[in-house]
Amino acid sequence: MAQRTPLYDTHIANHGKIVDFAGWDMPIHYGSQLEEHHAVRKDAGMFDVSHMLGIDLVGADALPFLRRLLANDSAKLTVAGKALYSCMLKDDGGVIDDLIVYYLAPERYRIVVNAGTADKDLAWMRQQIAGLKAELTPRRDLAMIAVQGPNARERFWTAFPVARAKTVMLTPFQAAEWEAGEGVDRSEWLIARTGYTGEDGLEIAVPADEAAGVWQRLQDMGVAPCGLGARDTLRLEAGMNLYGQDMDETVNPLESGLAWTVDFKDTGRDFIGRKALEATPPKRALVGLVLQDRGVLRAHQTVITDRGNGETTSGSFAPTLGLSVALARVPAGIQAGDTVHVQIRDKALKAKVVKPPFARNGKSLIQEN
Amino acid sequence: MNTPDNLKYAKSHEWAKLEADGTVTVGITDHAQEALGDVVFLELPEAGRVVKAGQEVAVVESVKAASDIYAPISGEIIESNSIAVDAPESVNADAYATWLFKIKPSNPTELDSLLDAAGYAAVAND
Repeated sequence: MAQRTPLYDTHIANHGKIVDFAGWDMPIHYGSQLEEHHAVRKDAGMFDVSHMLGIDLVGADALPFLRRLLANDSAKLTVAGKALYSCMLKDDGGVIDDLIVYYLAPERYRIVVNAGTADKDLAWMRQQIAGLKAELTPRRDLAMIAVQGPNARERFWTAFPVARAKTVMLTPFQAAEWEAGEGVDRSEWLIARTGYTGEDGLEIAVPADEAAGVWQRLQDMGVAPCGLGARDTLRLEAGMNLYGQDMDETVNPLESGLAWTVDFKDTGRDFIGRKALEATPPKRALVGLVLQDRGVLRAHQTVITDRGNGETTSGSFAPTLGLSVALARVPAGIQAGDTVHVQIRDKALKAKVVKPPFARNGKSLIQEN
Repeated sequence: MNTPDNLKYAKSHEWAKLEADGTVTVGITDHAQEALGDVVFLELPEAGRVVKAGQEVAVVESVKAASDIYAPISGEIIESNSIAVDAPESVNADAYATWLFKIKPSNPTELDSLLDAAGYAAVAND
């Protein structure tokens, strides 16, 4: 039987259509995926992301552990609350997972990993932390709600006025811890200005038994419940990879459009996977495609280029753009501006190569032609 | 479930309507459009194509997925709905008003083997 988040009953009450996602019963939409998508681009929507796992990392060796564990360098996190996106690699450079690490205080971090990989990630981290003075604590006692959209923060502050002072100064990729209410010491919230939609907004981790109340208050303020379907089209438009689809253990971050997240600067930092990445120049690249002909790009379609074939890894109709886009892994050397063809059923349709993102902050970034 | 009595239905979720001139108009059911979600693209057959009952002839793509549409009866495609191609969302707005293609049947008795409204409702509810 699939796992359920603390918001499962709330989704049912809101007529969410439930599907299995990575072993979890999650809402794919609450009626119209398109309307939910537009709500986030134009106003404010919220997602239950409690299936993702928060892991607390505490101890004197927390930073050295992270600097070896992750391809990005956690030493950059010097301001309290600051967050970092990184891949966690195998020795051969393959991506075990992508994650966000929040620096809460000296020797104290929160790591948030994907649902489908949570068990594997935790086992890997425990293997790497052995012998170090630091401890990992999985936080299945927390629920997580992502409130996203141009009006998301205002709606959140209207729903929780006391939180404004604590979170109004947050810069993108920064979080604040907040004790809600008076004398409620069990109430431990982490409010982060992060997301997976290409819009402004917050991701809020709260104790599981408070989640339904938080959701309801946000809904009362006009924040639209949104399902995983809209989350997928929003993240694709924003050019963000989905683990297990755009990358996995068989590819490295340099072949996944994530070179910017691999930090080689400190030559003394021997992060796991570094040697493999330095030894082998990438043969493939992850690029964006915009379909020029009519049709819809989907994952696992063959991409025909003059340097050989590639494959789409994610593809969809992009509601903000009104046309179809994809991420595709193609032979290295294919450049933005090139024209390729994508095999859809019996037709090879024309697509233009672009550098993602396709849309951000409510606007299409694709030039009409 | 919305299943008009004046139509015939295929188990694969197409509706078929026998017109006065003997041609058959085909679309997808309300149940099908709801299951698919927001429709964003239609690939419809060219006029003149000869098809067999049960053969894939069209594709309806929603935001979620691509879905094959089968010919409910054999015959020749005489027209596709170009207005629907330009406004695929009309399938969601009214699945029975938004026909996809018209067939000139080669064997009109095939219509008898399709389901009636009650029969289809039973299949769709399964």
